[in-house]
Amino acid sequence: MANAPASTPEVPFLRDPRVRSVLWQALLILLLIAAAVGLFLLAAANLQRAHITSGFGFWNQPAGFDISQTLIDYSSSTSTYGRAFWVGLCNTLLVAAVGIVLATIVGFTIGIARLSTNWLVAHLAAGYVQLIRNVPLVLQLLFWYNAVLKALPNFGDSIHLPGGGYLNNRGLYLPAVDFGGGGDVVLAALGAAIAIMIALVVLARRGRIAAGLATALALAGLIGLPVGAALVSGAQVSFVFPQLSRFNVRGGLEMTPELVALLTGLVIYTGAFIAETVRAGLSAVQRGQVEAAQALGLSRLLTLRRVIIPQAMRVIIPPLTSQYLNLTKNSSLAVAIGYPDLVQIFTGTVLNQTGQAVEIVAVTMAVYLVISLTTSFVMNIYNARMALRER
Amino acid sequence: MTAMEAVDGGVASQMSRESAVEIRGLNKWFGEFQVLRDVDLTLRRGERIVVCGPSGSGKSTLIRCINGLEVFQKGDLVVDGIPLGNDVKNLAKVRREVGMVFQQFNLFPHLTVMENCTLAPINVRKIPQMQAEEIALKFLKRVRIPEQADKYPGQLSGGQQQRVAIARALCMSPKLMLFDEPTSALDPEMVKEVLDTMVQLAVDGMTMIVVTHEMGFARQVADRVVFMDAGQIVEINTPTEFFTHPQHERTKLFLSQILK
Amino acid sequence: MSSVAAIGTEHRLVFVRTAPAPSLPPPFASTGVIGWTRANLFGTPFNAVMTVLVVLLFIWVVPPLVRFLLVDAVWTGSDRQACLATVAHPEVGACWAFVREHLAYFTYGSYPIDGRWRVDIFFAMLAVGMGWLLWLNAPHRGLGALYFFGIFPIVSFFLLYGLPALGLEIVDTSRWGGLMVTVVVAAVGIVFSLPLGILLALGRRSHMPALKTVSVVFIEFVRGVPLVTVLFMASVMLPLFLPPAWSPDKLVRALVGVALFSSAYMAEVVRAGLQAIPRGQWEAASALGLGYWQTLRFVVLPPALRITIPNILNTYVGLFKDTTLVFFVGIYDFLKTIEAAREDPTWATPVTSVSGYAFAALFYFTCCYSMSRYATSIERRLGRSERR
Repeated sequence: MANAPASTPEVPFLRDPRVRSVLWQALLILLLIAAAVGLFLLAAANLQRAHITSGFGFWNQPAGFDISQTLIDYSSSTSTYGRAFWVGLCNTLLVAAVGIVLATIVGFTIGIARLSTNWLVAHLAAGYVQLIRNVPLVLQLLFWYNAVLKALPNFGDSIHLPGGGYLNNRGLYLPAVDFGGGGDVVLAALGAAIAIMIALVVLARRGRIAAGLATALALAGLIGLPVGAALVSGAQVSFVFPQLSRFNVRGGLEMTPELVALLTGLVIYTGAFIAETVRAGLSAVQRGQVEAAQALGLSRLLTLRRVIIPQAMRVIIPPLTSQYLNLTKNSSLAVAIGYPDLVQIFTGTVLNQTGQAVEIVAVTMAVYLVISLTTSFVMNIYNARMALRER
Repeated sequence: MTAMEAVDGGVASQMSRESAVEIRGLNKWFGEFQVLRDVDLTLRRGERIVVCGPSGSGKSTLIRCINGLEVFQKGDLVVDGIPLGNDVKNLAKVRREVGMVFQQFNLFPHLTVMENCTLAPINVRKIPQMQAEEIALKFLKRVRIPEQADKYPGQLSGGQQQRVAIARALCMSPKLMLFDEPTSALDPEMVKEVLDTMVQLAVDGMTMIVVTHEMGFARQVADRVVFMDAGQIVEINTPTEFFTHPQHERTKLFLSQILK
Repeated sequence: MSSVAAIGTEHRLVFVRTAPAPSLPPPFASTGVIGWTRANLFGTPFNAVMTVLVVLLFIWVVPPLVRFLLVDAVWTGSDRQACLATVAHPEVGACWAFVREHLAYFTYGSYPIDGRWRVDIFFAMLAVGMGWLLWLNAPHRGLGALYFFGIFPIVSFFLLYGLPALGLEIVDTSRWGGLMVTVVVAAVGIVFSLPLGILLALGRRSHMPALKTVSVVFIEFVRGVPLVTVLFMASVMLPLFLPPAWSPDKLVRALVGVALFSSAYMAEVVRAGLQAIPRGQWEAASALGLGYWQTLRFVVLPPALRITIPNILNTYVGLFKDTTLVFFVGIYDFLKTIEAAREDPTWATPVTSVSGYAFAALFYFTCCYSMSRYATSIERRLGRSERR
């Protein structure tokens, strides 16, 4: 007699793991929704009680306060809170951009120094890293601002910097480049030269043209194109040097002490962390790789360029971007020393004046979130492309 | 005069012109610990030597001295007529003429097989890219994996990777090949393919020093077998004599352990 | 004896050693102090130049620093007069007198003097808890965890805040300040971030999409914004979301912010540890009949946490440094008390600020550096025990 086909045993509905999973999740979602609704109602009631308006109407109201550093047009009498937001954002981005560039330079130098064969240099770099990493950033910023920058001499006794700059307790003054009449042409030429340089690098990498030729062409373009454009268009490009008088400094590029302190603190602090990342990346390249390269007769420079650095960069770049993000987020500590970044202006002054905490904090967080998530997203794409192909 | 017995069979040759490697009184220390003691060895062109011995005997250290991966404190080392000392230019010259195959392959994982093989010829011997690629393909055919040229090392098996490593070294047209335990890191079924490649290389006339435990290979290909222990050369002999009539006590002990 | 006149070495076909080669000491200049100096300091011309430059740097920096911090420093005094440069005393170093005078303020803030013994007990209990958990060979570490994460927080709360029933009068948190506050903030962060972080990590690894999404969103949100904004959010928005009767005081708001923030970072650290446990462990446990929570408790979490102890400790170090940010929401932590004292006119001298900051830096450096060294030593010890 043929066996009857086995039928799936009947599982009691509530004991089926899939059902349970769905039920738990439904419960979780319900709880969250309930909490959200509850909080929302509570907040609305509280806000009403305190006579605080809601919504983004404040965005277009006149701000009425001064900002010490504005990269875009802003006036205390006519600009709105919304305008103040953009000023703060620009200031934050400025600090982030300049800070990232400088911190990378500092970090790579110290990181490479950590691996030096010279015992003194290696340990000095290690000591620097340990000291900086173990002292809070807030303290370092306060130190640079209060103990260093404020202690600088007055105008009359300004420190003269080589190259024509001045350093005193009102700021750092550097020579500026003035792209006066027709300067745009020169800037455009410079942009074109950089684009050509990138193209040359890519071509040389693919082996289409010799490296030496590419370098020569790139340098020629970088210098020749802007100069040529200047000569042809008759544009005036000049260096404007700051002029020191008894009570003031006129001309040149002016950096407030707050900006200088913030940048110094951030660069030194983040540089120490980048140094550790770089050191770890370089150490991750196995010794055998270097030995194989040596056995093949590759010069030290070539080994560095073609064998060590490509492999090290794979390991360095993900944590490096996370350090860049940290620097950007840490720029919010500008609040400690009064630098007008996004947090200081928007979550500080504007929030104090309008009282609309929810909207303002939400917008500020949204800005940082956008920056962080975009960077992570790009980083993931980069990682996927760069992953060593394995079977 | 040290008490060494040179049994006849030694031939005084016009060393500098015919010898690939001359080692005289080589001594090396790691800190306070002496790893090579008074090593004397000469390798003629076209000759194949297998170096064996227990671990820690200094055999790897010895061949790594030959292409400058290790430095020695006392003695003379002349490779292809170039004396190895502190001179950086000599070191570069030696490394161009000596190829090395490592136990851990040490292929460059971020470059394709073809790029691994052409990197040094292009940048050190200044051979144009097209020509370097032809040479690479020729050697990849010789090690019998030309079809893997565009793959990355991570995509190949251990045996294939080691054969690529051999081809990579050959692309520099070395006069001497050093092998540092080339099959020790391979799964057993892949050892044969690498050994076959090395045998073919020997048959084609390459001068080689091979550090290995593969005694079958020694018997098949070596002109001499060198046994090292505790940093010194203990016995040298032809393969047949070495395996059938070992003379020194320690040689007998070592052979009894590995030929069980 | 060989009768062959050899040029260079003989090419011996056969050779048998009859006497062992002598063991010689290494050449003089290659070992010992001279060898080390040659290799490490003057190996190449570039190295030699660097050595000279570094030595010059030391000579330029270290003596003045030592003079400022120790030799010319002022150790006693009661106001700014002690630390001003005078004709008799032209070189004034660090004003340690300023620090000594304010030491109590830096430690207890404005806590009533007769209640300070309570704070001392709190410190002692914390030390006991940390010692119990950090000493790897301590007995009954499970009990230690219960003490540190359960008993200690509750007892400390009543001790510091007050419990009228036991005769401990209430001390409002606005009077708390200084080191005490820093330690409280750090301790709360430490105590809450690990359990919360474990829950979040488990949630993130869950197979239930809703739970996973909620965890991921929380973690990425918190990690994507600066701590300052989280603190502002907590201090400004928390009162809005609670009925007025429950209005939390300033310190609690900051504590909530710090706890949430650090739990998100801890979640990532724990997740890395969980990922290091091979799937086979889960499979073996379920084959034995263990349920999810039992597997976690007995099979997965203990090794996962052990592996990530160094990273957990490093996260704690970061947390300790982050306590300085409560500065921005009006909490008088250690650093803020130093800031406040620095501006006191009775102590206004050119060296007051630097002295205060140097003292603060010394304190933070000592704590953080010891903790990271400890974490490194644990890492090394764990590495050794993993090797067969």
